[in-house]
Amino acid sequence: MSNPYAKLPNWAEYGLIPLVNLVVAFLVAGLVVLLVGENPLKAAYHMVNGAFGRGEYIGFTLYYATTFIFTGLSVAVAFHAGLFNIGSEGQAYIGGIGVALACLWLDRTMPWFLVFPLAIIGSAAFGALWAFLPGWLQAKRGSHIVITTIMFNFIASSLMVYLLTRVLKPLGSMAPQTRTFEAGGQLPKLDWLLSIFGLDIGNAPFNISFLLALLAAFGVWVLIWRTRFGYEMRTMGHSPSAARYAGISETRITIIVMMISGGLAGMMALNPIMGEQFRMQLDFVQGAGFVGIAVALMGRSHPAGIIPAAILFGMLYQGGAEIAFEMPAISRDMIVIIQGLVILFAGALENMFRPAIGRAFASFGQRSAAAAQTKGA
Amino acid sequence: MDFFHTIIALLESTIRVSVPLIFAALAGLFTERAGVFDIGLEGKMLGAAFAAGAVAAVTGSVFAGLLAAILISVLLSLVHGYASITQRGSQIVSGVAINFVVAGSTVILGEAWFRQGGRTPALSGDARFQTWNLPFADAVKDVPIFGPIYSNLLSGHFLLTYLAFALVPISWWILYRTRFGLRLRAVGENPGAVDTAGISVIWLRYRAVICCGILCGFAGAYLSLAMSAGFVKGMTAGKGYIALAALIFAKWRPLNIMLACLIFGFLDALAIRLQGNPLPLIGQVPVQLMQALPYILTVILLAGFIGKAIPPKAGGIPYVKER
Repeated sequence: MSNPYAKLPNWAEYGLIPLVNLVVAFLVAGLVVLLVGENPLKAAYHMVNGAFGRGEYIGFTLYYATTFIFTGLSVAVAFHAGLFNIGSEGQAYIGGIGVALACLWLDRTMPWFLVFPLAIIGSAAFGALWAFLPGWLQAKRGSHIVITTIMFNFIASSLMVYLLTRVLKPLGSMAPQTRTFEAGGQLPKLDWLLSIFGLDIGNAPFNISFLLALLAAFGVWVLIWRTRFGYEMRTMGHSPSAARYAGISETRITIIVMMISGGLAGMMALNPIMGEQFRMQLDFVQGAGFVGIAVALMGRSHPAGIIPAAILFGMLYQGGAEIAFEMPAISRDMIVIIQGLVILFAGALENMFRPAIGRAFASFGQRSAAAAQTKGA
Repeated sequence: MDFFHTIIALLESTIRVSVPLIFAALAGLFTERAGVFDIGLEGKMLGAAFAAGAVAAVTGSVFAGLLAAILISVLLSLVHGYASITQRGSQIVSGVAINFVVAGSTVILGEAWFRQGGRTPALSGDARFQTWNLPFADAVKDVPIFGPIYSNLLSGHFLLTYLAFALVPISWWILYRTRFGLRLRAVGENPGAVDTAGISVIWLRYRAVICCGILCGFAGAYLSLAMSAGFVKGMTAGKGYIALAALIFAKWRPLNIMLACLIFGFLDALAIRLQGNPLPLIGQVPVQLMQALPYILTVILLAGFIGKAIPPKAGGIPYVKER
């Protein structure tokens, strides 16, 4: 991508600009709170308190963050290859089938540490499979990845309604969900991790898949910046024609990247299914795939940025629930607005403040250069 | 005869559910032909439906509601235009963002202003569109075959329904027979050439985006002022994406759009009717399959298995003037 703007120092590029975009997004969200007739500062207080005020709240914040790390990584991996995977939602949904099948099959006979690896493989495989088709269609048949992945989200949700109402639902039950898993299908909580800091996580479903998410983030970093394949996919993302000229196979990269992206999205299902609900319910993804877009954009598609961005969104989710409780005029849908505004300002309008910041840097640079000159004379 | 009446009823509901799809797909036609992809159709429609429901409920006037719907939808379009034309941001990211902002705001504002669980108050009388009977609809009702077709299928729809179908040839005429349409299509294929001819790419694209906003406004207003009596949260329920699918299915052509919307509408009407009833010859078809069919068909079409859908060449690419 050609960048028509002046080069900024790294800290401004990766720190200041995302921060400015985030602040603007929150200011606009504050306007919505004003329209509702409430005090935005009070809402902000409840949000921060609700996210970090107690050990239990922190546990919930990190539980949500775990989910968003997976989906954020999923979107980011595709971004690096110049692919916009808008289908993480559907891939996570289908990934759930892999988790549910492993648990339903083995939960009564095996302990969780044997079921977990199989569930990881299952979730990643199902997610990757669901992303394989759009990837293949883009690479071989030239269909637009954005449109196909949107369509696949809808197909996934229809398929899931079918499976949960007809196939996976236990006999005699009315609710569209699988049976509750026994001990083998339940992940241990990470209460010891927070108790190091003297915090009690209470009922929060903060569980071991958080560590898996961190591991996945490290793996993605290695993949993108430390392997030959990562170099090839970044080349393709920067300039498809240069990649073609260098003999990099676009078909291969597109399909593999989409499968990795889908696999990461699928692994998200471990957290709610094995970590919290201990069964697969309709709509367990709850838009986490779309949050992944905001997280990847905020985190500049770098794992080191995605983890804090995911925690920020975890905070919004948990704090948002608290706002809804304390201020009845504001429902949890406030999060959806903030999410949309973050996507708008950090994604589509990311260059809006860049010229101003660039100019500020330029004039600052000139002034300090002039100061150095006068000192020299 | 009973079978005949079933068909008539089915086709009637096909028309009813197709109307918002036609408006929204035509809206997408204008922007995408000008080179601006728009997956924010869903959001604009939802925002328009909310504005229409809210304003009609407060003022008691259906036309005030319609005007508000168009206004909000155009405003959202301008946000999309600003991000993707002026700021040269990603059109897709901007569309996604608009869908989110609207989905959240309509619930929050609806709940805060009306306190009915995200609904607007039920509309009646002048606050809602009334159906229109064509001349002699009552008189010919009992004529066999012709009677039901004329008085049930063609007559008794909303003003907006007739407008939607009228807009199909009108859009065709604008796009293919006017200077504006020619330039609009050119800007979606080769903006550089249009720029060389001394015509502003930016202003053309903004006008296309505004056209899109107006049409999405009609689509939203139809949902909350005609099809239902008021706004319900999330009432577009993916119709914006179906419209997008229809647009692709129609290969970005107005008359095909009408047919594609009617087909998708028919599938929807059929799915509702078939719920629990087996289909002759095929047997029980899962409703979910029927609901997913438009999406599956679009994927197959995009893959080039049934014809090739070629989007406007400059679609999705922000235009940077050469120096």
